[in-house]
Amino acid sequence: MTSLNLRSQPTLEQYLNCIRCGLCLAVCPTYRENLSEISSPRGRVALARKGLEGELDLSGNLFEQMYACFDCLACNAICPVGIHPADLAMDMRKMQEEIQPKPWKKVLFEGLFPKPVRLEMATWPLRLYQALGIRRLVYALGLRKLLPNRLRDLEAMLPRLPQRPLRRLLPEISPAKGQARYRVGFFLGCLQSLMFAEESAAVVRVLAQNGCTVVTPKETVCCGMPALGFGKVAQVQEQARHNIASFEKANIEFIITDCATCGSTLKDYGNILVDDPEWADRAAAFSKKVRDISEFLLMIPLEKPLGRLEGRVTYHDPCHLRRGQGVWKQPRTLLQMIDGLEFVELSEADWCCGLAGTQLITHYETSLKVLKRKTDNLAATQAGYVASGCPACQMQLNVGVRRAGLDVQVVHPITLLDRAYGSAPKESDRGHGVGKRGQMSGNARRKNDG
Amino acid sequence: MDKKILAQLEKITGRDGILTSPEDLAVYSYDGTFEEGCPEVVVLPRTTEQVSQVVKLAAQSRIPLVSRGMGSGLAGGSVPSMGGIVLAMTRMNRILEIDQANATVRVEAGVVTADLQTAVEKLGLFYPPDPSSIRESTIGGNIACNAGGPRCLKYGVTGNYVLGLTVVLADGRVLQAGNKCIKDVVGYDMLALFTGSEGTLGVITEALLRLTAKPKFVRTALVEFPSLEDASKTVNAILTEGIVPAALELMDETAIACTEESMHLGLPLDVEAILIIESDGSDEAFVLSEIEATARICKAQGARQVKVAKNELERSNLWEGRRSVTAALARRTPNKLGEDITVPRSAIPEAVRRLKAISAKYDLPIVIFGHAGDGNLHPNILFDKRDPEQWAKVGQMVKEEFATALELGGTLSGEHGVGTLKRPYLEDALGPLSIEMQKRIKQALDPLNILNPGKVFPD
Repeated sequence: MTSLNLRSQPTLEQYLNCIRCGLCLAVCPTYRENLSEISSPRGRVALARKGLEGELDLSGNLFEQMYACFDCLACNAICPVGIHPADLAMDMRKMQEEIQPKPWKKVLFEGLFPKPVRLEMATWPLRLYQALGIRRLVYALGLRKLLPNRLRDLEAMLPRLPQRPLRRLLPEISPAKGQARYRVGFFLGCLQSLMFAEESAAVVRVLAQNGCTVVTPKETVCCGMPALGFGKVAQVQEQARHNIASFEKANIEFIITDCATCGSTLKDYGNILVDDPEWADRAAAFSKKVRDISEFLLMIPLEKPLGRLEGRVTYHDPCHLRRGQGVWKQPRTLLQMIDGLEFVELSEADWCCGLAGTQLITHYETSLKVLKRKTDNLAATQAGYVASGCPACQMQLNVGVRRAGLDVQVVHPITLLDRAYGSAPKESDRGHGVGKRGQMSGNARRKNDG
Repeated sequence: MDKKILAQLEKITGRDGILTSPEDLAVYSYDGTFEEGCPEVVVLPRTTEQVSQVVKLAAQSRIPLVSRGMGSGLAGGSVPSMGGIVLAMTRMNRILEIDQANATVRVEAGVVTADLQTAVEKLGLFYPPDPSSIRESTIGGNIACNAGGPRCLKYGVTGNYVLGLTVVLADGRVLQAGNKCIKDVVGYDMLALFTGSEGTLGVITEALLRLTAKPKFVRTALVEFPSLEDASKTVNAILTEGIVPAALELMDETAIACTEESMHLGLPLDVEAILIIESDGSDEAFVLSEIEATARICKAQGARQVKVAKNELERSNLWEGRRSVTAALARRTPNKLGEDITVPRSAIPEAVRRLKAISAKYDLPIVIFGHAGDGNLHPNILFDKRDPEQWAKVGQMVKEEFATALELGGTLSGEHGVGTLKRPYLEDALGPLSIEMQKRIKQALDPLNILNPGKVFPD
């Protein structure tokens, strides 16, 4: 056994008891598309073990297999032994970053993601010339040769972009409508602020509608998941400390997020800083307050939305919401509260959409195959809306919907709830798509009027 | 491996069908046991023609060739212990034809068995064999090992459903055997020959399978027994009453505890055993009366409680739990060795007693669960292979387990196969004459001994 004495070297307990039963192969999106053992959780566990025990070289190809994992957590959930293959793959990425740090990661994860102003500047051309901006981002990720159809797919990811980032528009304190019953913090994620501004604006309105005073600290930075996915642990810890401090000043009972990825990372700050004596308790206290928006709304007495939406809606479970946070009933319940909207269950709703952070860029072929499985299931529902509580999933679903030529609007569930409350300013009705089936019937037709 | 051979293989399957990196080879070095052996190249064919050409090449160059599916086998059968070529059939995964009029399905060998079931059940048809690895094993592997499963008590094993096979023989020629007829006595039964041959006689590339009508009604009961002895006696009490349940499964207290720890199903933790009993059929009243009659017998035999699953979710959870037992046991120790000895059903209580005695004698746990209804038990020894003392004990214990099965008129394996793990015991089970005859069959079909060498037979 090699003794590298690394801080983040995976431990024996993480792989020793894997008996290679193969149960994880059945639920792994990358295995089910590639049908080759190296794409499976069992294969990754075997490689990690053989690499750590010196039977195989810790080669670039070995680590590449850890990056081929979509981190959808399905293997963690199914393993009867209690092995967490997805976590092991993540830990192997961390370990590689310690042995062989990559300069481009420093530029991206230390220089760009944690700096909201730079991120806004970097994505400014995106807002003006979307395709050009994406090209730059991809270049930063170390990918030079892009095929034209890939570029098309990347452009398809983008929703209708806001003219200005939401971080600049949203007030620090949004007052509750009517009597204020809760004072909650809102963690504005990067994607929402830059790309899905309208959705987060809707989230704040829905919170206000239900008696929440919403505090949105403006100095927060990226939750850290992108850096975590690329093994940059120290960077994530730095961002975690910054975000924890930002909310400590706000005097709030809960911290709300509308992004599955941010939510699962924020809830993990307690673990991420567990070995930091100065921050461990503060991080644990922070994580305890974090709630996904749909999780929170069903904890409080919720006002019944009086508006009516016509159409059929289905729901795609973001991996980091369903398995990462155990939140899956709540968004469905919320959608079913809306009059006129017919909810249908999506077959394999909790199967990864294939984006998994950056897999559409870094593992294009596999990502598209995984996505196709999703859009095939989606087409079978004949729904006019697909809701999903994660902006990253929504970006991927946008690609899928356009590739498959489906007439489906991709939305955040809270966007629909907001429309049913009818509290949105008129312009928000434009939505992100052009689906005909999903048109709102307007505020005029309220139920219980007579 | 010789560069020329690799180039030829690449010509046959294309670049994406050949794997040679040390990482790719390492992950094809194992199956569902602790056995390992590294191949020199992995080939992922897409057609029978490609398989045929690969086998021809292997024969010309005398290279060992091991065919496999998803590698969930429990006997070391698909481990490339002599190196050579691994032929992984997972990408031949098309369902070629579902014939509703004749109730048959034609599939490629790499179809996942659960996917096959789902596809035919959509049309009201039913493929009954249900090995616990149903979601992580292929139909080709199931046929090559003649896989069983809980439902085999009522419906029979995989081999009972094989109507036809496409097999690439050891010289690369392609044999078509069987047809859509239920009855066929023309010539030797070639299907039976390849079924259960563990890849030693040919490479199965396609199968024609018999289907039946999907039972319309199913009821599943969870029966709690304070005494393991009572539970094992109950099995015969039910069967001798003329009841043939669709499944009759036994789990002892450790199996229950590990499964509960991993699945949180609310299984009872204060009993020595449970039985899971399922009745199915096309008449609801019949199914209900059968499960009620079964419940009465269980209570008379000492059952504390009989809980019938209230809905499909409860039922599927129960089976999900049962399928997870074998892996859940690994929560306790890094290694486990699960056998699948089978005894005539009247000997089940005695087999259970003797297995527990072996466990006590060597002071290592033997967990007992399995398809009690057909006498197929899964005694699992829990141990840590890193401890040489424990590892030595395990060898002795397995020997005694097998001796127990044979003394009671049973057999070494009901459904896992021989592979490498049971080779040393084969002669005890079959006798020299049978082994000689079987070796002659092997010699006739694979004279160069390139197909899965080193498996099944002792040297």
